[in-house]
Amino acid sequence: MVKEEQEESSNRPDNTAFTQQRLPAWQPILSASIVIPMFLLIGAAFIGVGVALFITSRDIQLQELDYTGDDSEHPCFKCRTNTEKCTCSMTFSIPTLFKGPVFFYYGLTNYFQNQRKYGASKDDNQLYGDLNYFTSPSTDCDPYTRDSKNMPIVPCGALANSMFNDTFTLSHTVNGVQKIVPLDGKGIAWWTDYNIKYRNPSITPLINAFNGTKKPTNWPKPIYELDTTDVYNNGFINQDFLVWMRRAALPDFRKLYRRITHDDYAAGLPAGNYTLTIAYNYPVHSFNGKKKVVLSNVSWMGGKNDFLGIAYIVVGSMCVVMSVVMLIVYARFKFAEDV
Amino acid sequence: MTWRSPLALVRDALQGQRARERELRSLVSNLPYEGQEKGKQPNRFFLSNAIKTTKYSLLLFLPMNLYEQFHRLANLYFVGLAILNFIPVVNAFQPEVALIPICVIMLLTALKDGWEDFRRYQSDRKVNNTPCFVYSRREKQYVERRWKDVRVGDFVRVVSNEIVPADLLLLYSSDPNGVCHLETANLDGETNLKQRIVVSGLGAANLGFEPESFNSTVVCERPNSNLNHFKCFVEKPDKDKVGASIESLLLRGCTVRNTNHAVGFVVYAGHETKAMLNNNGSRYKRSKLEQKLNVDVFFCLILLFAMCLIGAFGHYLWLESLPGVPSFLVPDSNGHLDVPSLESFYMFFTMIILLQILIPISLYVSIELVKVGQIFFITNDIDLYDEETDSRVQCRALNITEDLGQIEYVFSDKTGTLTENKMVFRRCSVMGTEYPHKENAIRLDVIDEPESEEEVIFNQHQQLPRSRWSLEAEDISPPDTQRHGRRRKSKVAANAHSDAAFSSPLETEVIPDQKLLQQISRAESSGGRRDGNRSFDPHLDFFLALAICNTVVVSAENAHRQRVSLQSRSNSPLQNIRKCQGLFRKFSVKECTSPQSSQMRNPLETFSSLVKKAGAFFQRDKRNRTLSEDPVIDSAKTEDEADANRLRTCSLHAPSQNGSTIVEAEELCYEAESPDEAALVYAARAYGFILLARTPDSVTVRLPSGEDLVFEVLDTLTFDSNRKRMSVLVRHPVTKDYVLYTKGADYSIMELLGTPYAENFSGTEKNIAADTQYHLDCYAKEGLRTLCITKKVVSESTCQSWLGERKRAQAAMECREELIMQTAVQLETNLTLLGATGIEDRLQEKVPDTIVALREAGIHVWVLTGDKPETAVNIGYACRLLEEEDLVINMSCKNKVTCTAILDCTLEEVRRYRDDPRNAGTTQNISLVIDGNTLDMAKSPDLQERFVELTKHCRSVLCCRVTPLQKSAVVKLVREKLKVMTLAVGDGANDVNMIQAADVGIGISGQEGMQAVMASDFAISRFKHLKKLVLVHGHWCYTRLANMIIYFFYKNVAYVNLLFWYQFFCGFTATTMIDYWLMIFFNLFFTSTPPIMFGIFDKDVSVEVLQGVPELYRTGQGKGEYNFLTFWIAILDAFYQSLVCFFIPYLAYQDSDVDLFTFGTPLNTAALFTILLHLGIEIKSWTLVHWIIMLGSVALYFIVTLAYTATCVTCNPPSNPYWILQNQMADPMFYLIVTLCTVVALLPRYTFHVLKNSVAPSPLLQGRQLDRMDPSTRDQWIKEWRG
Repeated sequence: MVKEEQEESSNRPDNTAFTQQRLPAWQPILSASIVIPMFLLIGAAFIGVGVALFITSRDIQLQELDYTGDDSEHPCFKCRTNTEKCTCSMTFSIPTLFKGPVFFYYGLTNYFQNQRKYGASKDDNQLYGDLNYFTSPSTDCDPYTRDSKNMPIVPCGALANSMFNDTFTLSHTVNGVQKIVPLDGKGIAWWTDYNIKYRNPSITPLINAFNGTKKPTNWPKPIYELDTTDVYNNGFINQDFLVWMRRAALPDFRKLYRRITHDDYAAGLPAGNYTLTIAYNYPVHSFNGKKKVVLSNVSWMGGKNDFLGIAYIVVGSMCVVMSVVMLIVYARFKFAEDV
Repeated sequence: MTWRSPLALVRDALQGQRARERELRSLVSNLPYEGQEKGKQPNRFFLSNAIKTTKYSLLLFLPMNLYEQFHRLANLYFVGLAILNFIPVVNAFQPEVALIPICVIMLLTALKDGWEDFRRYQSDRKVNNTPCFVYSRREKQYVERRWKDVRVGDFVRVVSNEIVPADLLLLYSSDPNGVCHLETANLDGETNLKQRIVVSGLGAANLGFEPESFNSTVVCERPNSNLNHFKCFVEKPDKDKVGASIESLLLRGCTVRNTNHAVGFVVYAGHETKAMLNNNGSRYKRSKLEQKLNVDVFFCLILLFAMCLIGAFGHYLWLESLPGVPSFLVPDSNGHLDVPSLESFYMFFTMIILLQILIPISLYVSIELVKVGQIFFITNDIDLYDEETDSRVQCRALNITEDLGQIEYVFSDKTGTLTENKMVFRRCSVMGTEYPHKENAIRLDVIDEPESEEEVIFNQHQQLPRSRWSLEAEDISPPDTQRHGRRRKSKVAANAHSDAAFSSPLETEVIPDQKLLQQISRAESSGGRRDGNRSFDPHLDFFLALAICNTVVVSAENAHRQRVSLQSRSNSPLQNIRKCQGLFRKFSVKECTSPQSSQMRNPLETFSSLVKKAGAFFQRDKRNRTLSEDPVIDSAKTEDEADANRLRTCSLHAPSQNGSTIVEAEELCYEAESPDEAALVYAARAYGFILLARTPDSVTVRLPSGEDLVFEVLDTLTFDSNRKRMSVLVRHPVTKDYVLYTKGADYSIMELLGTPYAENFSGTEKNIAADTQYHLDCYAKEGLRTLCITKKVVSESTCQSWLGERKRAQAAMECREELIMQTAVQLETNLTLLGATGIEDRLQEKVPDTIVALREAGIHVWVLTGDKPETAVNIGYACRLLEEEDLVINMSCKNKVTCTAILDCTLEEVRRYRDDPRNAGTTQNISLVIDGNTLDMAKSPDLQERFVELTKHCRSVLCCRVTPLQKSAVVKLVREKLKVMTLAVGDGANDVNMIQAADVGIGISGQEGMQAVMASDFAISRFKHLKKLVLVHGHWCYTRLANMIIYFFYKNVAYVNLLFWYQFFCGFTATTMIDYWLMIFFNLFFTSTPPIMFGIFDKDVSVEVLQGVPELYRTGQGKGEYNFLTFWIAILDAFYQSLVCFFIPYLAYQDSDVDLFTFGTPLNTAALFTILLHLGIEIKSWTLVHWIIMLGSVALYFIVTLAYTATCVTCNPPSNPYWILQNQMADPMFYLIVTLCTVVALLPRYTFHVLKNSVAPSPLLQGRQLDRMDPSTRDQWIKEWRG
């Protein structure tokens, strides 16, 4: 209410470029001189990248073997409904050298590892080796927290419980003799998973840590017996377990099973006949799924995928076409700035 | 305080309630009860003087603020969602995380509200603790108290320059006349001093005032907000009643001036004071854009609903299609699986939670922030700053900036809005003879010229033949340039404070017409011999009437308010004014006495040759076409010559005659409520009739002879808009006659005339009324404001009886106004016409320019004025509202039948013209002139459709003689019938209705007080500011906000759809492939600032082009840039872009071992780049701020995501984003995918823009191209474009 005597012109706004909205500005107008070369440039670059991607992808060799056994002629058909341990084998031939290192994947289709509740059904703290969560796992794992005798399950949850448990052996027929191809199970999981996210409790022997807990109901053996030969591949840091626990993004997925990097096969799989022997355990008929084995070598861009290369080429071509269209438009209408 | 039963408390409360509600309140002095407990206090029921304008209290802040916030629908929606999160069967994310956004938004709002409230609290406390003096019986003197301690019934003493703490009934003033001067600027902005009079008849006012002896009862009405009205009477112990009105009320918040001290009785305190009742904060207006926005939010809601339904249905189908129970299907904790239909029902709600950001809640917060920014820039615009009043544009409504960009109709007041409202006396007609005041006209033209032109004139003047007058002028002239500088300075300085005293030389200085001066001196000299008869000369009477018949207050310069006196001390503008005014006087005198009659015959010509370079003079002349053809002037011209001899003698006489008096009179300051009155008083002063003093009871006038006459004022019949006139009843000190001087609008006076003024003019008897009417019409054509001056001699008996009646009317409590009005009408009959005056209200600077610009911008301009049609039409031409080549339809009919006929006829004509194929290319500019009566008829329900239809075709409409109510009715009619955006601009109290009725109300803070400004949404100081405010800021605000909102919708839809497409690949289970935190951050931090910056800073077209090519404004009108089409295009684009951003990574990662978040990361990154670069395409000008914010957003995304994925190992249980981005960034595929997604997503929009720019460039684009040219080419271009 009290009126203060004010300096003369105290109310005058500051005359700065900012307050007067006169900041120097770049005002691009999309015009021919910019757009046509730009489109051409992008087009050329994209076509270049696309061709490189396409060639790389084309060079990648891929061998897929469906072993679901839906077809009654299929050697694994017998195992399809068999709940007991069942083994089947398939033969295939590789016509030319399959360049190494060869990656050995197993694949599932129509399996929704990305289902929301399924993905949440685990206990990260338990998997981090926190013993407190061994005896009382998180309720996230329900109903796979405790077994019927109310014993806590370790590792709990649907994700762990549903771990893929088919096993494979690959043998090369050399001069009529089956020669086992050595499969390397190390380094198939993420380094961070193996070293940071998952940890075994620091109790030796490992089995003692699991006193008073139960194995997941679907598992044939407890987690501390996943790989009894290698203490660094056992328990929560078992590489197969880690691979499974990293949820696939899409319902049709493959997961790395082994790499072929040893002995004679370090340079790749030579041409010839091979036999794949499958210990068929994992049921897929409940979700109309398929199981397969994929042999592939990888490049800098990962596995075989023609899409990206084609897409780059198409988009690049479109850009070139657009620049031509622009040129026509330019000739026809002229850009206002050049009038 | 002693204990009282609750029952008594309730009873007391009820009693208080009743006391406050009662129509009349009886108040008695508190003094006899001083020191007694509260229950005994007689006035305890009325509010105390402490005020509290805060909304919240400390304790209740949280609940009250939450309550307020939940009134907003958007917040409610968000809270509903948060609650949904806590329902176990549907929860998709951790509920706590879902609460973060709403909490952040509500916290921000609460902080803002709290801060505002705290500011109010601080100001309240400051006001409440201001000291004041209240009488205490115990101490037998006035003691210092706080404002908050003042109660109704107290006696408060206020001293000069102090602010009145409560509404006081004035009981005593140190002024011997019982007057207290009050400055009400704080209340209504009117800076002139108002007089308040001590309630009369309460004993010896002059002997000091003893509060203890005050034993009367004050009966007053219930508090109301009317500042100019107060009804009250004081009942003395002897039951004698004395009436009191607003004239005796000191209002809270006003400042006492020129009065040593005064004592008042508190009648209203605190919130019941008129000031507080008038203080009702800023209003909330909803902008049109926001209304449209809400519709689109509703569309989004439908979209959301549809998507959730698809999700739920898809989930059902997915569950049904599973042949068994696979291991990835997780039963509930009991190991039980729900049936698919129930599962999918739950899924519907889960989907709502997942896709909730489709409804852009943050949009509302962002819009508020953007508007704050926009307002910052509007108020900081230096072009909208007015030097003279030192004021910026004020934005009073904070949320309708964008409405300024969509205006289609502008309704403008005339006086004070288009014109200066600085009244300048131009010409007058006395007894049927016209006195054109040519010299004065020349002076005014000179004053208009810029400095350089003045130079020319003065140089020229030295070359004139050296008569004795020019010789005399010499002593002033040598340092010519220096004087100009001073004069200019003084002009500015005077203008700067002109609101205070109307003291600019423009208004105060009138150069007398020589012939009239001569006429007066003749009457004067003859009258001097016959003393008693003097006043009968009508010429003298005319000027006496000018000097007396007004409410102008005289204040001595030295006693003037601090502001002015400070100013005069620093660079003494008044002195300067006086000097140059002396110069003018001499100059003009010399001018007309020069023997070079061939040159001097037509002074207008002479001057136009002198100021040839100026050009403005000629323009002016052209504009006022009627001026040069004016028969009045022509006739005067011939007389001029004949009078040449006499002129010389008279002018010899004049300066000396004035000289003696003027020195003294110069010290006087006139303060008038209306500038017209001041102009008349100044005119009278120029002729030697100087108003020296005015008290409620008397007026002192100095006559040209130097004699001071004191007139006893018996009554003042103040001006009201019904009577359109005011009168003063005085008693002549010499003749002892009772004389009533009346002045008013010609149409209200002419019908009241009695016998012509013939008795003393038997020889030259002529029909004065007819002649005067003719002159009045000429004046009106010239655009002058006309007033008729009359006189009436009242016999003593009539006078006495009338005075008695008047007194009764004034004391009446019931329908006092009507009674007072009746008495006034009763007396104002049988008047004798003395003459008429023509006052010019000059157009404000750049008004024609602004109006033309508005018209070019496709805005229909309506001017609504109370003036006569002739005046209005002339002003209409002058301000280029009407043009020569326009077809002007004049509608003025007496009855409805003709009105209907004319309406039908014109409408038919207009339609025919429009439908005629020959006129396809041309547009006829039609303007309509309509008067108030016809307007009323046209507005009647059966005609209004046709009227509106007609006005739709009219480019401009001029409504004359309209009342404030009609003004607002017209605005409402157009607004509702045509569904257009309207803007009303006005400066006075009579425009308040109109301003409030329009979508955007603009007040001009001019001379007529602050009422218009108070009611307005924006307040500017000059009409010309409207151009930049509307054309530039309006356009900017609108395009910025419109584009930002469209972008906001797009952004949310695009992002949410990424999640939606993923549902098709996860069995519609509401899985996200992006970590929750990152998802929330995405909207809250990574992509929120760029659109806000876009809404505040983006500049599509520069100021110069927007002002140079007003047509660009049309892009915002009507549907504008934010419409159905642009909205849905944005939504479709969002769908397309999200499809690209989802399916390119999908196809690239198909059949690979990619995991969930590794898949989501390139999606998220591609979406970020797409969304930001999409904005990049839309941004029209990139300043440093743009670059920083855009690059900053990208950097923030990577830094936050990298930091988050590097630290969160088990921090956010179900999701586990550890080291994902790091891994991805080491993979070339990531970059290839992101690049491809971004390019493919933006290619169509980019191509579309490019093609459109070259094939069919929009006007705005052309405007931007103009920007790139250098200014000279640009001007050339604009010209060609126009052509």
